[in-house]
Amino acid sequence: MTAADTRAAVTAGAHAHGTTALPATPSAAPTRRRSARSVVGKVLLAASALVIFVMSVFPVYWMVNTSLQPNSQVRGSEVHFWPENGSLQNYIDVIFNYERAPFLPALANSLQITLLTVLIALVFAFLAAVAVTRFRFRSRVSFIIAILIIQMIPAEAMIISMFRVMDSWHLLNSIAGLTLVYVATVLPFTIWTLRGFVDGVPADLEEAAMIDGLSRTQAFWRITFPLLAPGLVATGVFGFIQAWNEFVFALVINPRPEAMTLPVWLRTFLDPNGGTDWAQLMAGSTLIAIPVVIFFLIVQNRMTSGMVSGAVKG
Amino acid sequence: MSTVTRPEAPARDDAGAALPDGPPRPKRRGRTGARLTPYALLVPALIILIAVIGWPLLQLVIMSFQEFGRAQVFGAPPEFVGLGNYLGVLGDPEFWQVLGRSVLFAAACVVITMVVGVLVALLMRKLAAGWRLLVSVGLLLAWAMPPLSATIVWGWIFDSQYGVLNYALSEWFGLDFRGHSWLLEPLSFFFVAGIVIVWGAIPFVAFTVFAGLTQVPDEVLEAAQLDGAGPFKRFFLVIVPFLRPILIVVTILQIIWDLRVFTQIYALQALGGLAEQTNTLGVYIYRVSLGTGDFGVGGAISVIVVLFLVAISLYYVRQSLKEDR
Repeated sequence: MTAADTRAAVTAGAHAHGTTALPATPSAAPTRRRSARSVVGKVLLAASALVIFVMSVFPVYWMVNTSLQPNSQVRGSEVHFWPENGSLQNYIDVIFNYERAPFLPALANSLQITLLTVLIALVFAFLAAVAVTRFRFRSRVSFIIAILIIQMIPAEAMIISMFRVMDSWHLLNSIAGLTLVYVATVLPFTIWTLRGFVDGVPADLEEAAMIDGLSRTQAFWRITFPLLAPGLVATGVFGFIQAWNEFVFALVINPRPEAMTLPVWLRTFLDPNGGTDWAQLMAGSTLIAIPVVIFFLIVQNRMTSGMVSGAVKG
Repeated sequence: MSTVTRPEAPARDDAGAALPDGPPRPKRRGRTGARLTPYALLVPALIILIAVIGWPLLQLVIMSFQEFGRAQVFGAPPEFVGLGNYLGVLGDPEFWQVLGRSVLFAAACVVITMVVGVLVALLMRKLAAGWRLLVSVGLLLAWAMPPLSATIVWGWIFDSQYGVLNYALSEWFGLDFRGHSWLLEPLSFFFVAGIVIVWGAIPFVAFTVFAGLTQVPDEVLEAAQLDGAGPFKRFFLVIVPFLRPILIVVTILQIIWDLRVFTQIYALQALGGLAEQTNTLGVYIYRVSLGTGDFGVGGAISVIVVLFLVAISLYYVRQSLKEDR
């Protein structure tokens, strides 16, 4: 800590301009060399930013880069850092000339299950969130505790009994079965996050609108709903990503090729004996990642603030 | 549900009718309809949660007290064995091995994720807008990668024969990594798994902590600075206390996510890891239940794991409830 104290004078000056580096700045003589320090600080900051960027992006880049090259080139002795002889052939092969499980039915399954999940979960969660935020009723706290605890139950612990229950309901390898499972797994999180958003819209606002002559329904749709819409979108996107990426239940409950979702479909490419077609595997990975990346980019701001308000403050 | 209407506004949708019934409204209507409204709103969610989570959970607990093997799957009546399955699991050295492995691995992942995540958040706070955007875009891309895709890509980077890492280490640094298998040796397997998990988890930590950092009032930091507090002191004495709730919640979430990790381990095993030596809790349940078909023992392990994770998360639950008020 004493070393940190000597640094105070230096950083104090630079900090005002927002140019200080992280605590890593080496300690040195005070004020005189401030501008030189701030230049060094700037360079250090930029360098660390660049390192973080490259480390985050490289795997994504490498996936796309590999997916654009022919497999023979990928398995050559030379590594290509740029997709020379690039083509979309791998994507065409993966989508249309499948050897293992077909892509298009898996895509259709994933889309149906995910969209249904989001729709149902949003409606149910919204109703529950309104109940929890706008009413004080007995067993309200128990309900909240139950929701928080359910979130902590690992899916892997449930696979056997979930399999047996779905089997007894004749819902294995069906859209309805997996949708039901996903709605249930997404609901607690969705309720909890929406609760934060509903809480953020003051009830007084609506009442004021009603004093101004709107009916209750009008007040809700004209005042409250528009304010809630961003929260609904963000929460819905989160549910979408969770359902789209889910792997464990899909693997156990919908294993048949015609009932597979995309992650399970991608899993059929893995070959522990070294025969993996990496180029096609990367094309498949990219295809699955694209919708998620797009959604992330759309709602990124809302998502972090939503998560913070949902998880941390009331 | 839409029976809950009031004379002056026969609202069609329950939400619209329900909203203003909240606590800020001093007038209390004694009508049973209004008192039932919150329960009516909860019904759809409750039905789903009870049927799809509660019911299987109950089945799981019952099954964990039964002899439940292949014969029972095909219709033989299960036989209650009391605590037999639990005693079997707790007496099995492999269970303790898997548990210890999972806890150690999760601990390492959580510590590294939190430290790096917080450092990245602090860095983002200092960066100029352009650089911050660059870092955000990179983190966002990593965050958006589906775990299965991410694991497969990392597996490809670490591939023994054609992976870019072995290529770079051999060609550029003169090390002999040609054909080196990163997944064969358990310790090195977990090194790779750790990289996949930490890489995927840092963005969440960094963004959440960064969002929290923007709520630390500048005046307080400046005051601390004038009082001669260096960057370390400012971090530990000003920023950390402010961020305490966020940091604790994020850490607990990380602990739980890393303890129950499944996809990354499962996929890396499928890419060439030795399952027996690299199972973590989630994969172990999967292999015991579906591999050996012993649902009773699998159920007992599952119940133990659920209790373990719920116990860890109790603090999170309490913290969340506190903020609910």
